[in-house]
Amino acid sequence: MTALAALIRRDIQIALRVGGGALIGVLFFLTVVVLMPFAVGPDLALLTRLGPAILWLGALLASLLTLDRLFMADHEDGSLDLIVMSRTPLELTCAAKALAHWLAAGLPLIIATPVLGLLLNLDATSTSAVALTLLAGTPALTFTGMIGAALAVTLHRGGLLLAVLVLPLSIPVLIFGVAASQAAISGELPFGTPFSILCALSLISFVIGPFAAAASLRHGLD
Amino acid sequence: MRLLGRGVRCVRGGREVFSGLDFEASAGEVLAVTGPNGSGKTSLLRLIAGLLTISSGSIDLAGGEAELTLPEQAHYLGHRDALKPALSVLENLAFWRDFLEGEAFDAGTSLAAVGLGHAAHLPAAYLSAGQRRRLSLARLLAVRRPIWLLDEPANALDAAGQGLFVELMSDHLTRGGLIIAATHAPLGLAARELRIGGTA
Repeated sequence: MTALAALIRRDIQIALRVGGGALIGVLFFLTVVVLMPFAVGPDLALLTRLGPAILWLGALLASLLTLDRLFMADHEDGSLDLIVMSRTPLELTCAAKALAHWLAAGLPLIIATPVLGLLLNLDATSTSAVALTLLAGTPALTFTGMIGAALAVTLHRGGLLLAVLVLPLSIPVLIFGVAASQAAISGELPFGTPFSILCALSLISFVIGPFAAAASLRHGLD
Repeated sequence: MRLLGRGVRCVRGGREVFSGLDFEASAGEVLAVTGPNGSGKTSLLRLIAGLLTISSGSIDLAGGEAELTLPEQAHYLGHRDALKPALSVLENLAFWRDFLEGEAFDAGTSLAAVGLGHAAHLPAAYLSAGQRRRLSLARLLAVRRPIWLLDEPANALDAAGQGLFVELMSDHLTRGGLIIAATHAPLGLAARELRIGGTA
């Protein structure tokens, strides 16, 4: 456990320091959401209706933005070799890295959501519904995205490949995330069903993500 | 403890790097792997470290800890230093000490042993190539591993650094350690030599 705690602590430290990814993700999220009202125009009702979808898309793209560094940085400086050789099972290491990435890059997005909701004319209930679905859904984005990050690690320009690999996998999360938020806002459909499926997607990704990523890292080392 | 390689063959990118390689090293010994550029010195170290898959043949460790695999009992010092520029020297070392597990020593003492005690709180980004190498050597001291796999270990070290490095290696050998080093320059220690590829 010391090993995993040390890894999580290190990854969060790096992400929070100058040049780390945590702040970049939030700023990108902010930019996407701020641009949207300019593109859509000053139609408040339309903004409210699009709000959850915009927030979800922004969070999805922002979490993808920093994901390519998840293994790439460790691969480039040789840390990954030592991580693979260590006594900690690679699957656990991958899970710890994804957790650290989510804490440093995913959690700030959720904290920023209430502020950004104001820009999209969402009231307090709607924003908290979106924030809650993001809390349940963004771990799935990180843990499935990790598979792509592990596959892309040995390829040059892996960042571009990552987007192509990961975005299709995030479609279910996006669908149920937005569906749950809309249900909470309009109240016409039950909130529980899509939200439960969203939680289930996250739980599945906790199981599959670390194993798939570890397998592709072992295979890809050369 | 005894490391034994029999008929080791290495293929990378569809090309055979070497084949039928036999080698052995016992506790307290240095195996110096020499050979021209591209002959597969690094590949051999990475095979032993479990970072490449062996095509045929075998590499076995006799007399190590039974519950641990060969890579888990080895330190690998490669071309790349595994240092994070955003973290300080001490933080870098403390992370590897905690992450690698095993019998660990104080990070500050290990830093002082390689002559980096004064730079402990400097971000690793500001270190020179030689200082980065010294910091990597400190990793070998901070956690005890019986096998050291060293790839061009003396690169970028100044004369004092090389002297220090020879001392560290001989200390390790007297404690029953085993060293396999890929090198062009003489190591400064009595070593068994393994020559790969050609007579260049």
